[in-house]
Amino acid sequence: MTWTLVLVLAAIAFGFKVMGAVVIGQRTMPVVLERCLLLIPAALLTGLITKDTFTNGQALTLDARALGLAVAVVATWRRLPFIVVIVLGVGSTALLRTLA
Amino acid sequence: MDHGPNQRSVAARTVRVALVMAVAFVVFGASFGVLAVGAGASVAQACAMSLLVFTGASQMSAVSVIASGGSVASALGGATLLAARNAVYGLALAPEVRGGPLRRAIGAQWVIDETTALVTSEADPASRRTVFWTAAPILYAAWNLGTLLGALAGGAIDPHRFGLDAAFPVMFTAMLAPHLRTRAGRRAALFGGITTVALAPFIPVGLPILVAAFGMLFGLSADGGES
Repeated sequence: MTWTLVLVLAAIAFGFKVMGAVVIGQRTMPVVLERCLLLIPAALLTGLITKDTFTNGQALTLDARALGLAVAVVATWRRLPFIVVIVLGVGSTALLRTLA
Repeated sequence: MDHGPNQRSVAARTVRVALVMAVAFVVFGASFGVLAVGAGASVAQACAMSLLVFTGASQMSAVSVIASGGSVASALGGATLLAARNAVYGLALAPEVRGGPLRRAIGAQWVIDETTALVTSEADPASRRTVFWTAAPILYAAWNLGTLLGALAGGAIDPHRFGLDAAFPVMFTAMLAPHLRTRAGRRAALFGGITTVALAPFIPVGLPILVAAFGMLFGLSADGGES
């Protein structure tokens, strides 16, 4: 680990954020583009969910996280409060690992 | 003037949600701190990374490459791919990140997965601003506090055992719900979820999630259907 890595990565990460949020994002955009942008979170969130649940690096996995996700899906569908969804999802994952 | 939701109650509700997320951030920040120190970083380097980079997936990936003996260049490669999605998030959060140069710089630094998810689940512009500027500092503080604790503690924590690696997908699931109300949202979501898993084995870590963003185009083709 070097300071070079820390500082270069900081510059790159901040560069991306500024590029999106300030350089490109703060101009008036065509309506179609705005509609597209509104749909990005839906696509990215499910992408993050499946990535964080079913992959480990480049390997596909099926482990206790899948149970946590299933529980969270049901809890969300039942409109339980945010904290309850988290506790149930994380708790069921931990429980399955303890039992296994 | 403003006939939208009462911003004070939006802020109060946001604080409650953000504090729950902050617990996960402290724990994940701590596991990053532990991993960073294990990979040879000093406590100062680990903390500087969380303060200056502030995008968990990139930080984790950089550290794991270094820990497994990779070069600085290869550590930067994966971390850069993972950081690129923040540019896409930035587009969506641009209206919230307005103001003077300092405010824009700070706002931009706080554009990450979780702030994007929180902000985009609000419809009204004033609420979106309130949610962003309320939740982001809480999450930023939590991430950095966690990193410091983890870097100081070393290997005493095992997030895996407590199921905490499931916290992020679980959190994202709760945040996804408002986006599934429209047919366009559901189609975009379906595309994103399937694409990411289908591509994972074949392209470098960090790229599938960028491809998933194209789910927005898939969603557009279903536009007009509001149910």
